[in-house]
Amino acid sequence: MSSKIYVDVTAQFDADGNILPLSIQWEDGRRFEIDKVLDVRPAASLKAGGCGVRYTCRILGQLRYLFLEENRWFVEGKN
Amino acid sequence: MDRWILHVDMNNFYASVECLYRPELRELPVAVGGDPQQRHGIVLAKNQIAKAYGIKTGEALWQARQKCPHIVFVPPNFERYLRFSRMARDIYYQYTNQIEPFGIDEAWLDVTGNTMFGSAEDIAQDIRKRIKAELGVTVSVGVSWNKIFAKLGSDVKKPDDVTVINRENYQQVAWPLPAGELLYVGKQTGKRLQTYGIYTIGDIAKTPVEYLRDRFGKWGETLWSFANGYDTSPVAECGEESFVKSIGNSTTTYRDLENEEDVKMIVYVLAESVAARMREHGFKANTVSISVRDSQLFSYEKQCKMEQPTMLASELARYAMKLFRESYHWRRGIRSIGVQATDFIPATEPVQLDFFADNKRREKEEKIEKAVDRLRQRFGPFAVQRAVVLQDTKLTGFAPKTDHVIHPVSYF
Repeated sequence: MSSKIYVDVTAQFDADGNILPLSIQWEDGRRFEIDKVLDVRPAASLKAGGCGVRYTCRILGQLRYLFLEENRWFVEGKN
Repeated sequence: MDRWILHVDMNNFYASVECLYRPELRELPVAVGGDPQQRHGIVLAKNQIAKAYGIKTGEALWQARQKCPHIVFVPPNFERYLRFSRMARDIYYQYTNQIEPFGIDEAWLDVTGNTMFGSAEDIAQDIRKRIKAELGVTVSVGVSWNKIFAKLGSDVKKPDDVTVINRENYQQVAWPLPAGELLYVGKQTGKRLQTYGIYTIGDIAKTPVEYLRDRFGKWGETLWSFANGYDTSPVAECGEESFVKSIGNSTTTYRDLENEEDVKMIVYVLAESVAARMREHGFKANTVSISVRDSQLFSYEKQCKMEQPTMLASELARYAMKLFRESYHWRRGIRSIGVQATDFIPATEPVQLDFFADNKRREKEEKIEKAVDRLRQRFGPFAVQRAVVLQDTKLTGFAPKTDHVIHPVSYF
């Protein structure tokens, strides 16, 4: 029932301490490159139930939210 | 020039956080409560739906279940609440560095002269919106020229709203509220005020101050100035707020305490923890107080000044037991008990020695207790224990110092 889906993320940490996610890996092993991060801000996800830094990502031409909550990444599932 | 003070109150804080994390609960009545097995079974917070069933903070879980059979109980997750409290504070810091927390879910902010974001009300709206978007919980904000009315304001419209109490409208907004809403008017004071025909905050404000002073002492004067908006107490600067004003521990035992021996065991465990924490901070206390709650949930507090400031568990416990013996009559068993030390001085401050007291012995005891602190640090809280607590290890088998979580601070 929960639509909070934790995912593996490959990210780049730059020298200033910024974190930029590059790709996410689904549970079934499929990998998706993040074409572009359009926005970064602290935000809550009412849909998935959580709160952290929200990255608005373009993946395969679609906009998806990717959240970094403390040290885990999650996306909002569809349901 | 008037100050601009905000009071931000996170609505149904614990319950809101739990409901954020568990979307499936949002449409159900939810109460956050302790562990019923350990008998720590009281409602710590509830959501709006549970509130509609008349469920109150502080009542036992079984009482809540009687009022609302399909209520959902969620165990508390203090780590998570602290994280949310910190995140909220990070937002406040972007508007001012004068932030005074009041418990984990409330804070005063002094935003006087901060015109970068508009008026005080604009800032309040900003904070309200940001907390909703960034934390996913709601706040209500009170805006006024003093802390007391700001706090009143945050209670007027909630959740997720802003109330301004200014010099033009305070007689319409604040004065009709019941006297009990005023900070530090508790049940007892409220009742006493009523016997004099004082029901609302406006009644307090309009009563001649001499009349209140005669009946309530200095306190009456304070309440009168609160009600008139004369309070000028500053919002503490950041950093200052961590200044510790009291250290206390309390516990609800797994079974009722039946006699003085039981109480003594618990008091010693609590006093040791309080004393150890005082030593950590480098404090000596002048005053010790106890709180007692019996099996019928009737509770009271007593306090006394000690002859000499102390950081010794044995002395704290002795005074606590004295207070207890003088005040408790054993009509019922005891459910929970607490020991608190206040009125601190730095431990390094010179002390007037008592001519008749055995000061050598006190010094020795201090050394022993410090040694015990170190042993416990290295080998765990149960490495060294007093013989008195070993009579019932199930009863005393808790470590308040490491188990403790959150302590609210007093306004003064």
